[in-house]
Amino acid sequence: MDFISDAIVNIGLWLERLLVSAGLAPQAAALVMTIVGTVVVAFFPLLIVVFLIWMYRKASARIGGRLGPNSSGTWAGPGGIVQPIADVIKMFTKEDIRPLGIDPVPYNLAPIIVVASAVMVWAVVPFGKGPRMIGADLGIGLFYIMAFSSASLVAFLMAGWSSNNKYSTVSAFRATAQLLGYEIPQLVAVLCVVVVAGSLRMSAIVDAQQDVILLIALPLPALIFLLASYAEIGSRPFELLECESELVAGYQTEYSGMRWGMFYVGEFMGAVAVSALFATVFLGGWRGPFVDSFPVLGTLWLVLKILFMLLVWTFFQMTLPRLRIDQMLAFNWKFLVPLSLVLLCVLAPLNHWLVRALPGSDYVWARTGILLAANVLVFLGTWAVVAIAERRRTVRPRQVEVSA
Amino acid sequence: MTTTILFLLFALVTLAGAIGTVTERKLFHAALWMLLSFFGVAALYVLLEAPFFAAVQLFIYMGAIGILIIFALMLTRGSMREGGPYLNDQWWLVALLAVVLLVVVGWLLWQQYGSVMAVHAVDEGSLVQLGRVLSEQDGYALPFEVASVLLVMALIGAVTIVRER
Repeated sequence: MDFISDAIVNIGLWLERLLVSAGLAPQAAALVMTIVGTVVVAFFPLLIVVFLIWMYRKASARIGGRLGPNSSGTWAGPGGIVQPIADVIKMFTKEDIRPLGIDPVPYNLAPIIVVASAVMVWAVVPFGKGPRMIGADLGIGLFYIMAFSSASLVAFLMAGWSSNNKYSTVSAFRATAQLLGYEIPQLVAVLCVVVVAGSLRMSAIVDAQQDVILLIALPLPALIFLLASYAEIGSRPFELLECESELVAGYQTEYSGMRWGMFYVGEFMGAVAVSALFATVFLGGWRGPFVDSFPVLGTLWLVLKILFMLLVWTFFQMTLPRLRIDQMLAFNWKFLVPLSLVLLCVLAPLNHWLVRALPGSDYVWARTGILLAANVLVFLGTWAVVAIAERRRTVRPRQVEVSA
Repeated sequence: MTTTILFLLFALVTLAGAIGTVTERKLFHAALWMLLSFFGVAALYVLLEAPFFAAVQLFIYMGAIGILIIFALMLTRGSMREGGPYLNDQWWLVALLAVVLLVVVGWLLWQQYGSVMAVHAVDEGSLVQLGRVLSEQDGYALPFEVASVLLVMALIGAVTIVRER
């Protein structure tokens, strides 16, 4: 029973003991276990992506009033759940077309960087309680994620520029404007979390949500973070990097076969990474019912929260129209950036005072309630400002004097 | 032992990136070499057990400055073509300046430290310390604020220049 209640950690310990008893030096056994852990963590997003592609097809079909993959009883399995694997095999066997006039090194490097930057995020995501359930519990955890998510911009620029195609280059320009711009509200929203949780360390942020998740205390930063993150990975409503009706397929126009497949997988992996980050930072990560007596449940809760956030992502993808480029820029610079800065200026001193005035875990609900009230006040203030600006902008019909 | 091998590897990456930056004929490739060099420096910070500076190096230098340089290159006329001649007639002056800089900085470092230093681990506590030093009155609050005022001035200046009248 004890073995099962913390199964993942115990399997790791058992394997390590097995290696030592087989004659390996303890340091070598620890190194082997580190490598095994790294491989498992790096393949976890790929596994989720294969499932996510099926879930995405199923959910988007339902939203469109269709059934989606449904060929039960054939090779595709119940509800077509094996279909993504057939897709992967098809992708591997496709002809590798390389257009003339490309810039080979950046062209080939770009898809690799996209996937690598999405995988790197998982090194600091805690899958459960204790130091054995997290790749590297860095003191700068959240900042590490922000730093690596900016690497995908380099990849988009390389892909767009090296393809030697007008549409790809325009897409690269747009990527710069969009990804650099939305990094600011994303970072400030994350700063609000850091202020309240009191640490950049991912495990400490999860521990800060022991009694109540941060989504309740910080609903507005959560919303800003979600929107800015969707812009960062270029999904709808901010799908301006690859909008079919304007740019063919944007930076991926000249890619085919497995390289295009890597961009495709990279896009889904970005969505999974954003969902995992949101689940960890705002939804309490691996915390859930019975997790103290059965630590192995932590991984299950985390996966369930990630899948829920992926369903939210699918709804965003299927129900929202694409913004125009000027609307995208205006929404960021005239709305999200000022709002996030105001939020930080309100929440940081308020939280500083709250921690002094109502310390300890007895008052955690009181602190959460006051922070929530501050969020609501800022939201109402924003509403008022936007309403006034809108009223001023609408042109009043001028009175025309008609001479008799 | 492992640290030495890793140091040599990443020092090689950094130097290769730097050499590639100055010898590459295509401007876009030169910028990519520079990003590689920045990445090598970030890895060296990790080896020095200063993860915060490594992340800052990635975030600011690769994610922002490198991208802005590439963006400026894309707006430059003829940036897709092979570049012109390697050197112009001021090469000896620049070479002289580079050698002088190397000697002065190297000499200063030698004077200050003399030999190889032990690595002091930079943990979360010292991150808190860094923040405190930057925001306290008897720390570096004034230079910090002056730097931010400078950035705001640059921002307002840029807006003023591009504003339509």
